[in-house]
Amino acid sequence: MERYYQPEIECASREQIREWQSERLVRQVKNVWDNVPMYRQRMEEAGLTPDDIRSVDDLKKLPFITKDDLRDQYPYGLLARPLSECVRIQSTSGTTGRRVVAFYTQHDLDLWEDCCARAITAAGGTNEDVCHVSYGYGLFTGGPGLNGGSHKVGCLTLPMSSGNTERQIQFMVDLGSTILCCTPSYAAYLAESIHERGLQDQIKLKAGIFGAEAWTEEMRHDIEEKLGIKAYDIYGLTEISGPGVSFECSAQKGMHVNEDHFIAEVINPKTGEVLPDGEKGELVFTSLTKEAFPLMRYRTRDICILSHEKCSCGRTHVRMTKPLGRSDDMLIVKGVNVFPSQIETVLMNKGYAANYQIIVDRVNNSDTIEVQVEMTAEMFSDSLSAVAAKEKELVDALKAMLGIYAKVKLVNPKAITRSEGKAVRVIDKRNLYQS
Amino acid sequence: MTIKQISVFLENRPGRLAEFTKVLSGNGIDMRALSLAEASDFGIVRIIVNDVYNAATVLKDAGYIFSITEVLAAPMPDEPGSLSKTIQILGDNDINLEYMYAFTTRKKGMAFMVLRVEDNKKAIDVLSRNDIRTISQEELQEY
Repeated sequence: MERYYQPEIECASREQIREWQSERLVRQVKNVWDNVPMYRQRMEEAGLTPDDIRSVDDLKKLPFITKDDLRDQYPYGLLARPLSECVRIQSTSGTTGRRVVAFYTQHDLDLWEDCCARAITAAGGTNEDVCHVSYGYGLFTGGPGLNGGSHKVGCLTLPMSSGNTERQIQFMVDLGSTILCCTPSYAAYLAESIHERGLQDQIKLKAGIFGAEAWTEEMRHDIEEKLGIKAYDIYGLTEISGPGVSFECSAQKGMHVNEDHFIAEVINPKTGEVLPDGEKGELVFTSLTKEAFPLMRYRTRDICILSHEKCSCGRTHVRMTKPLGRSDDMLIVKGVNVFPSQIETVLMNKGYAANYQIIVDRVNNSDTIEVQVEMTAEMFSDSLSAVAAKEKELVDALKAMLGIYAKVKLVNPKAITRSEGKAVRVIDKRNLYQS
Repeated sequence: MTIKQISVFLENRPGRLAEFTKVLSGNGIDMRALSLAEASDFGIVRIIVNDVYNAATVLKDAGYIFSITEVLAAPMPDEPGSLSKTIQILGDNDINLEYMYAFTTRKKGMAFMVLRVEDNKKAIDVLSRNDIRTISQEELQEY
C-alpha cells in the first residue's frame, strides 16, 4: 500500500494545487519586490510591478535568475528576511568563486524537512524504521535534509555521515538499518563491501533513497539486487532548499516535484520559451514558500522533461525525469560541482598552455577526474624531481580550487586531440545521462 | 670542461620511446649515451650526441619539448673502486649528485661517467684537484 506523509497535499486535485500556487506566487512576488533590491530592479527593467502577477499564468512574465546572480549577490544580497530571523546556512560544494550560500528561517527548515519526510514515506518509511543517513553532514544539504525528514517521519535516525565504511556496515548489521540514504555511488560501494564480507544475509535494508549525483538505471538494478532493496531517486539543490525538491514514488517513473512549495518549468535554454509536457529543456524553479532565500525562476541548468500524467501512486504533483544532461558545461564529480573554466584558470595561473583535457570516469563506483596538460618548454627541465614538483604544485592548486583531488597527467605537446581546430575539453566516460 | 646533454620530455605511453628513437635514427643522429628516468606518468630521456645543434633542430622540428644542460663527463679507469672514489670525493666536498649514468666509447674502449651536479665549476675544481678529468664536447668526438 502506498504511504503518504501529507496525503491531503500530495494527492490534492490539480485545481487545488493551482490555487495554492497562484496565491503563494502573488504573495512571494510582493515579498521579493519589497525586500530584495535585485528582484525589484529586474522587475522594473522588465516593466513589471507586483500587480502584473495575478496567478501562475503570469509567472512567465518574470525574468530568470542564474547562478551568476547568486554569486554576484553573495552573501546577503538575496536575503528577504533580516538575519535575526535566519537560523541556518547551507552551502554548495563549489569553490570560492562559485560558492552559493543559502539561508533558512526555522519555518524554511520545517518545510524542507517536510519535503524530505514525503520522500522517506514514499520509500515506505514509518516510525518502525531505522533510517541510516550516510550523506555528508555539514554545509552539504544531503545529511541535514534527510536527517530532518527522518525525524519527522519518526524513524530511528542514524546520523552516520559519509565515510568509515567498516563502521557503516557494522551499525547496519547491529542496529538493523532498514532505510539507507546516501549517494548512489556510495550505495554501490557499500553493497560491494557488504558482499565482500559475506554479510548480505545479516542486513535488514528494504529501501534506499539515493541522490546528489546522476546515476543510471543499470546502477539502480545493480544496487537493488545486491542489497535486496528498492532504490528511490531524490532530487534537490541547495539554492532551492536541498534534497526533496522532488522525489520518486513506488512507480519509479520520474520524481514528483513538491509543487505546493516549488513551481517547476521547463524552458528552451536558448530562447527562454516555456516548453510543454514531454519536451526536453532546462528546469527552472520558483520557490513559493521560502522565507529567507526565495528564488524566482531560477535556472538550474539541468535538462529534463516534465509530465503531468496521472501517476499510479496516487500523487498528483508533476513528475520530472532524472536530469538528462546540463545546459552548461558543469560536471558533477564525487558530488562536487566542477567547471572546466576553473581548471583552465589554475593552468593559466601556473604557466601551462591552454591545451588541456579533462577526463572523468567512474572506477569501482567512485568518480575519478584526470587533467591532461600539454608540457611546455618553460615548465620542463632535465630534473625529474623538479618536473614532479611542478606537477605536484599543479595538483595542489587544483585541489584548492575544486575541493577534490584531480590527477594531473603531463602529455606531449599536441597530444591532445583537436577536432576541427577546437580542442575537446571534457571526456566524460561515465555515460550517466540517458537519453 | 663540460659536455651538453639533451633531456627530452616523454609521456609514459606505449610506443613513445620507439617513436623518439625513430626520429633520431631517421635523421642519422648517433646517440653516444642514453639514460631514462621515469615518474609514474612521464619520463625524461637524457641523451649525449656529437652534434648537439643538429639533434636539437631535429627534435624541435618533430615537436618535442627538451632542454640542454651542461653536465660533466669523467673518464673512469676500468678497475674496481674508481666510481666509488669519484663519488666519495664529491660527497666529501659537499657536492650533491642529482643523477649519473655511464657510457663506453668504441674508438678507444673507454668508460665515462656522466655526472649532473648543481655547481659544475665547483665540481670540476674538486675533481681536478683529485686527478679526475672531465672532457669537453669537442673532446668527446675523439673517443
